[in-house]
Formats: sequence, C-alpha cells, structure tokens
Amino acid sequence: MWSYQAIERVGFAIRLFWDSFYWLIIGRRYQQKIRLRQVVEQVRVNGFDALPIVMTLAFVVGMMLSIQLLYALSDFGAESQVLLAIAKSVTREFSPLITGVIVAGRSGAAIAARIGSQVVSQEVDALKVIGIVPVRYLVLPPLLGLMISMPLLVVSADVMAIFGGAIFSVSKLDMSISAYMVESFNVLIVGDVMQGLIKSVVFGVIIVLVGATTGFHVTGGAEGVGKATTSAVVISISFIVLADMIASYFLTQ
Amino acid sequence: MTTDNHTPETVISVKQLVTHYGMRKILDGVDMDVKRGEIRVIMGGSGSGKSTLLWHILGLYEPTKGEIELLGQNIHQINFNDNLKLKQNIGVSFQSGALFSSMTVGENVALPLREFTDLDENTIRIISRMKLEVVNLGGFHKLMPAQLSGGMIKRAALARAIVMDPKLLFFDEPSAGLDPVVASEIDDLILSLRDTMGMSMVVVTHELDSAFKIADKITVLDNGKNLITGTVEEIQQSDNKRVMDLLQRRSRHDKLNPSEYLKRLTQENYTLS
Repeated sequence: MWSYQAIERVGFAIRLFWDSFYWLIIGRRYQQKIRLRQVVEQVRVNGFDALPIVMTLAFVVGMMLSIQLLYALSDFGAESQVLLAIAKSVTREFSPLITGVIVAGRSGAAIAARIGSQVVSQEVDALKVIGIVPVRYLVLPPLLGLMISMPLLVVSADVMAIFGGAIFSVSKLDMSISAYMVESFNVLIVGDVMQGLIKSVVFGVIIVLVGATTGFHVTGGAEGVGKATTSAVVISISFIVLADMIASYFLTQ
Repeated sequence: MTTDNHTPETVISVKQLVTHYGMRKILDGVDMDVKRGEIRVIMGGSGSGKSTLLWHILGLYEPTKGEIELLGQNIHQINFNDNLKLKQNIGVSFQSGALFSSMTVGENVALPLREFTDLDENTIRIISRMKLEVVNLGGFHKLMPAQLSGGMIKRAALARAIVMDPKLLFFDEPSAGLDPVVASEIDDLILSLRDTMGMSMVVVTHELDSAFKIADKITVLDNGKNLITGTVEEIQQSDNKRVMDLLQRRSRHDKLNPSEYLKRLTQENYTLS
C-alpha cells in the first residue's frame, strides 16, 4: 500500500514537471500565459529573502571546514592545501547541499502549506472552474523562480564559505584575506562551479515538485496541511541528498 | 452549438449520471434539465448527493457513467479551447467562498478579467468595482478575505462569479451559516441577477425558506436518486413520504428496535441491511 502510494506520488510529481513546461511553452496559445511578475515575486520570496540565512550558514560551514581540514592536514604537514580543499569541496558539494536543505525548509514547506491550504479551502477548485490550469498558476512560477534563484544563492554561498574559510585559515597560512580569496578563485576551474550550479537547479526542481505534490494531496483540513508541510521538508531533504550523491558520481566521471 | 435532440432552451442537461466514491454509489442515474433563465434548486438531506451532482456538472469530478451538457456541449467530449470558452460562461459561488486568501477582494474579482481578457488595468478595475457594487460591497475592494464576515465573503465570491457576465451561475449552499437577514439578502441578489442579467442558475441548498423563495423548479435528491422535480407548489403538495419528511424536517431514521440498536453497537462487522 505504502509503496503503491509512493510510486503514484512520484508519477504525479513527474507529471507536474512535464505539465509545467508544457504550459510554459504553449500556454499563450490557450490563454494560460505565465506572468513574469509572478516569477519575479517567487525569485524574491524564495531567493532574495533566503540570502541572509544561506550566506550566514555558508560562512559558518566554511569556517568549520577550515578548522577540521587544518587539523587533519597538519598531520601530513600539508596545511597549505586547505585553501584548495575548501574551495573545491565548497563549490562542488557543500554550498549546493546547504542551500538545498535551507531552501527545502523555507520554500518547500511554504509551497506545500500554500497549495495544501488552497486545496482545503477549495481555491484550487475555484481556479479550475474559472478556467485557470492550477499547475500553470501554482507550480510553474515557483518552479521557474527556484530554477533561477538557486544558482544565485549557491554562488553567494560559495563566496561566503570561502570567506569563512579564509577568516580562520589566514593566520595559520600567513596570508592576507584578499590573497587567500584570490588564490581560492584561481585554483577553481569552471567545472567545479558548474557542478554546484547544476546540482542547485536539480535541488530547486526537487523542492518545488515535492512541495507541490504533497500540497495537492492534502486531506483532512488544517491538520492535513501541517502533516504535508512536515512531509514536504523531510522528503525534499531525502531526495536532495540522494540526488546529490547521484549527481556527484556522474559529474566526477 | 445545440445538438439535435435538445430544445434550444435547455442550457444544462444531465443524463443518467452515476458516480461512486470507492465502492459507494453516490449518484444513481440522476437526470436533470435546466432551461434558460430558470433558477433550479437542488435539495436533499446531508449525503443525498446534491453537492456531488454540482461538482460533476462543473467538471471537477469524472462520473462513472452518464452525460452532462452545458450550453449544448458535452463537457467530457469538448477540446481544451472550447472548454475554456465554456468556463468563461460559467460562474460559481462556493459554500466557503473560496476567495484567494493572498489577494485583496478587488484582485479576487478582477482575476478572471486579468486572465482571459485584453482589457487595460483601468477598465478591469472599473468593472470589478461595478460588480462589487452589484453585491453591495462597494468600497471593500482593498480588504483581504480574512477581514470579511461570512456574508461578505459569499457576496464577494458572487461578485467574482459574475464578473465575466456568465450565462450559467452555480451556488453551493449560498445561505448556509448566515443569519436570516443576510441569507434573505443573498436570495434577493440571486433573484435580481436572474431578472437583470437573464442568467440560468443552479442552487444547491438545504434551506427550505431560501429554496421556496428563489426556485422556479426544485429537484429533490435522496440517496443519490432524483426523488422528484417540480415547481415550489408541486413540491409542497407532494405526498411522497421522503419529500414530506424533508419539508417537515422529520428525522429520516425509523425508530430502532432495542435489539437492532444493541447489534449496531456491539457487532464489529455490522452493516446496514
């Protein structure tokens, strides 16, 4: 029963993804146009508003990595390699993962709660009888919004995490902060940054699809909305970690 | 776009509609024809299938069997574009109002105009305020739905339902939960919309006073079946026991005998025979 429901939900999420781009491409022909204002609003809410917390946590993680790596590398007298290790691990792995988890907690929960309460209060039915396709109106704007804002958040997180690493490392490496930052960007190749950006887009898609799928399946009023919100966060984070592992494997081949 | 087997006046046609929720049969061969300009009230006890019938007519649920035609078009056989045009001729006032909570009252009313017309913002604003005036909510366009009373929410939902000047208007329990004065105001609004705009309407309600005041014809559903359809007088004079129970607000349950009652309480797999 549980596995049947899980398969049905995965199928529903894939259908949402397909329908979103279907309406994005042909919506104008059928009076279902996507409004730029809605997408910009989603970039603001899901991206810009998340910037302070993403940057703060990225800074802390960069510092933490610096502490751990300096300790581990000192056994081999390789402290100078901390700069390379932080720059590579942050851009390829930590920034997209931290950003994904934070956005899943903020936006994934919000999307599930919003759609869930709209299902309960018959707002989704009202959209249907007015002639508005719910996927186009409720799912496509946050989907595009997160596909745009996630890479921007990850780039910000990259910079802040490297900066966090610099703050702790410079005294041990006898470098200035600006020299550390410049050297970090020099050791990075385009592929390192791209790996993080590709992951961030995938995570953004996962967050919206999981949030919307749980939201559309809400039953049982306010309690159901609460349960959907919790599920959306837990499932999103699980899928993000899984997708991260799969993406890491293929992007490092 | 009327089909051959319809008189031109029929705007809503339901034929042999059957639907299930899981194994339970909710609608069992319901037929209904609504003429242009008619107010049809659907009545019945709780669980009789009246709201389910409404959701099927609106195309929100797929029936197990049967056909539904609105304005001469079979709603399950038309393409997306025709369906969209059809929906622009339909207005729905939900029991809860179903106003979009993130928008102001004015934005709620203006939404169909913004989505489906090329009117400029100024015209959209004027039309939506005119509709709010029609339902006596002039000046309330900037409020959020959460700031409205129950009666105001229903009137705002009605303003949104009529903003595209639809030919068909549907109401789900328009006066449920309202005090008698506000309920009577809603009834007057429904009558005035029919008289001034010539709309055909289907009203699902269990409020007898309201039904008798507004209905041209009443369809009474019982256990998913069409028990009787007739004018207010015909319904009031009906000698059908179930109709009389409904009109006289009598409990539908026959008196239980004590052993049957005990069985219901104690047997794990007891089902109604």
